Amino acid sequence: MAEREMKKKSTPAREEQEVVDEAPATSEQGEKIKAELDDLLDEIDGVLESNAEDFVKSYVQKGGQ
Amino acid sequence: MRKIIGVETEFGIIVRGAAESNPIAASSVLINAYVQELARAAEGQRPHAKVGWDFEGEHPDIDARGITSESTMAPEVETHLVNAVLTNGARYYVDHAHPECSTPECADPRSIVVFDKAAELILQRSMRAAISLLPEGQEIVVYKNNSDGKGNSYGCHENYLMDRQVPFGRIVSHVMPHFISRQVFTGAGKVGSEAVGMTADDVPFQLTQRADFFEEEVGLETTLKRPIVNTRDEPHADAQRYRRLHVIVGDANLSEVATFLKVGTTALVLAMIEDEFLPRDLTPVAPVAALRKVSYDMTLRAPIDLVDGTRMTAVEMQWEYLDRAKKYAEEHGLECIGAPEVGAEVLRLWEHVLSGLETDPMSLARQLDWVAKYRVIDGYRTKHDLRWDDARLRAMDLQYHDLRPERSLAARVGLDRLTTDAEVARAVTEPPTDTRAWFRGKCLQRWASQIVAANWDSIVFDIGGDPLRRVPMMDPTRGTEAHVGRLMAESTTSAELLDRLGQ
Repeated sequence: MAEREMKKKSTPAREEQEVVDEAPATSEQGEKIKAELDDLLDEIDGVLESNAEDFVKSYVQKGGQ
Repeated sequence: MRKIIGVETEFGIIVRGAAESNPIAASSVLINAYVQELARAAEGQRPHAKVGWDFEGEHPDIDARGITSESTMAPEVETHLVNAVLTNGARYYVDHAHPECSTPECADPRSIVVFDKAAELILQRSMRAAISLLPEGQEIVVYKNNSDGKGNSYGCHENYLMDRQVPFGRIVSHVMPHFISRQVFTGAGKVGSEAVGMTADDVPFQLTQRADFFEEEVGLETTLKRPIVNTRDEPHADAQRYRRLHVIVGDANLSEVATFLKVGTTALVLAMIEDEFLPRDLTPVAPVAALRKVSYDMTLRAPIDLVDGTRMTAVEMQWEYLDRAKKYAEEHGLECIGAPEVGAEVLRLWEHVLSGLETDPMSLARQLDWVAKYRVIDGYRTKHDLRWDDARLRAMDLQYHDLRPERSLAARVGLDRLTTDAEVARAVTEPPTDTRAWFRGKCLQRWASQIVAANWDSIVFDIGGDPLRRVPMMDPTRGTEAHVGRLMAESTTSAELLDRLGQ
């Protein structure tokens, strides 16, 4: 329990929901992930479903558990 | 008690290029295509995957609380649909209107990851095989997710072997708070919400696929009024000694780390429940509301009111479980979840993920599905200045789970691997060595033509002349390579094997 409270205190406070959206990549790992994401976003249109509206509408799955 | 684990995944299915399609027929075509291809590949040998499922011993309507109510919605078993037992010990079948693949029984969480990935490979091979059975221009596509975005859900169920002696009430008290709080790392992420009255403004994105669909705390149902803790009492094993806890609340994961932690932490929590190692009851005042609150809370900061009068966030609840698990490891060891390095890896990744969730959740984009999905969808949204209810974002959500390698977004976001391609490919046909699945798989490899039917706890042989001979396998920890490997090696025919087994 004591360990956990210490961890809690070291955590920067996040007040708003949106903060998660803008959270800057702080670590080296984070920078790398961000660079890869930018590359992915540049090439992704070639992979995405061409007619999103029809695709989403036609994706219906009944009778599941 | 050693946690033998299995995971059953229902997949979403569509037929591209068809004006209309019947999902039951499509699922049958998909599975038959795979079975036929196996038969062709084994040219000259027996079509081993044609062995059907034996429904003797299936009682999905028995309730763990000891209640038998005629009003409960017991699941129906549709015996006429395609139902194959594979040589890796898995079951591949049409369930309701979906293709479903159940892993063989696995003896540790890492083995589950291998066989869960092998199931993806089986579905990929099925999709390719089905193309030649369909009219020109049509294609069956399978999605490993749990929702169609329109209020229809399908499950990824986990199963854990437990000691029958443990009172069910104690399991509920400690496992329900775990199910609610583990969502912070098990969630596969979802754009929007399917709960009544929720808009994209209320819930632009949430941690899980499944939380919207749960309405009860404890119960037997799986398709309506789904309960957080499912009470199906169908052990597929010696019912005097064992219980199989059937878990319906989780998401299907593409991330190997997420699958590993989902089953690894849950198996550990269940072991601690058996050994009475969890002194504190973290049950929320309103469990169903708490399940959704955690799923909707992208800040991971929302406190949950607990019955004991305190408040904790989901991440804090998980720290509590992890702290106990570390002490449990010191006092009891972690043999309950396999070899020492597997248990150590569960603890290490569990701590890594909780620390990341506290400091910078987005740093876990290689480990957690919901983070990986959120990053790519929110990145696209920002780049193109889209609203959260834009169809393109919902399409990306679905496409994250598309199992076609060339279309899958999950395959493009750089998720960490715990397995190798070689071991996953091997697991498509080879059973795990350390559970009864080994005996099932090996018998199917060698004597499929003499096996009339098989299921989790028995195999029925027809060796001609005599009546059918059923080999019961009531203990999931027996029938391993170590246990019967020599017997199998020394038996040249199934008749010899049966004689040696005394059947």
